[in-house]
Amino acid sequence: MDGIHDLGGKHGHGKVARDAGGTPADEPAFHERWEAKVFTMSRVPGAIGVNNNTDRFRHAVERMDPVAYLTHTYYGRWLAGIETLLVEGGIFETEEITRRAIELGGEFHDLVGARPKAHPDPLGEVLAAPSAARDVTRPPRFSVDDRIVTVPDVKPGHTRLPAYARGKPGRIHVCHAAWVYPDTNAHGRGENPQYLYTVEFTGRALWGKEGDPALKVYLDLFEPYLESVSGAE
Amino acid sequence: MSKDHSDKPGHDREKRPAIRAEALESLLIEKGLLSADRVDEMIAFYNERTGPMNGAKLVARAWCDPDFKARLLADGSAAIAEYNFEGGQVDKLVVVENTDKVHNAVVCTLCSCYPWAVLGLPPRWYKDPAYRSRIVREPRTVLTEMGLDLTDDVEIRIWDSSAEVRYMVLPQQPPSSIGLAEEALARLVTRDSMIGVERLDGT
Repeated sequence: MDGIHDLGGKHGHGKVARDAGGTPADEPAFHERWEAKVFTMSRVPGAIGVNNNTDRFRHAVERMDPVAYLTHTYYGRWLAGIETLLVEGGIFETEEITRRAIELGGEFHDLVGARPKAHPDPLGEVLAAPSAARDVTRPPRFSVDDRIVTVPDVKPGHTRLPAYARGKPGRIHVCHAAWVYPDTNAHGRGENPQYLYTVEFTGRALWGKEGDPALKVYLDLFEPYLESVSGAE
Repeated sequence: MSKDHSDKPGHDREKRPAIRAEALESLLIEKGLLSADRVDEMIAFYNERTGPMNGAKLVARAWCDPDFKARLLADGSAAIAEYNFEGGQVDKLVVVENTDKVHNAVVCTLCSCYPWAVLGLPPRWYKDPAYRSRIVREPRTVLTEMGLDLTDDVEIRIWDSSAEVRYMVLPQQPPSSIGLAEEALARLVTRDSMIGVERLDGT
């Protein structure tokens, strides 16, 4: 999806605010207690059976309110994803959470990040495996050093091909094993393992004349995101 | 005219997710789906038991032990298996080496993927839009702003963690530290040098 989360290459976000109090090395894991609460709550949807994979959680975050995405900070984004999964899983209703927030000092018009769907995707079948790597019998389509071009397609759902790398020429740097495919797994449409490649793009290929001539960007891309350049495969 | 709620004292926009987090937490506790003590356990774990000290151990050992360095660069996941780091599972760890002519940095433009097992939880700036949007497009400028000036002939390699592979940078050893014991070396290795926004040789 062309979502607010897909930030690579966007202009206008300003300078990196590196020092959030104290020296960089002293930065605590959580700056405020509510952030640790959100981190802790992130385990709940999986533990109570309303989520069964990280791709689904990432998609719940990326389809949140776009203004909240940019203003509620990292753990605010997680909170939106958790609330979305809990509401879609039938554990709470949005109004119930809002009522409680008002009791705790919130206001009715406060921006809420969560965007639960009225008709959520089903929970698909996933293996209870510790890793996302999977065995497949077919051979990989590409080999190291093959020239590829990424597909220009934009689907409405979850994907891990960033917008800035769509329709761009690159070179296969590493061919990994087959891994769970986020594009289907996030929507309960199965693990559908696909080969994963680390693909090298030059700064010029991604950003044109403005691109740094001594820049290379590496992305980990699934086989369906890639097409062979004619004559090169 | 609608009232601007952000003007209310103590109710700025950063407070909104904080209040909603409290609301959700209290509802989960009432339903018996969450225990209140879990939060303190989580804070203690991520502040004390895991963090960049894990990655620093790997870097210091790689500086002292060429065989380990070769294994770490060839297959990061296999090389760290013996350490049993607790900070989160890494499907595949790839360690990339800085040299005089190549500088590496890590990002996740789509969310904020980060090698938890070796670096702990990411710093704020790593998760913010400024770093995520700019480091893939104008890395030399961003690094300069962050205090790292690279000459134009240094190739920059940016690793955008768009799947479950996690990346860590092996920084160059500062020449002044040659001969120090591994433990002393580990104390010199910063989190930011392993993300790739700092070099340890003072350049």
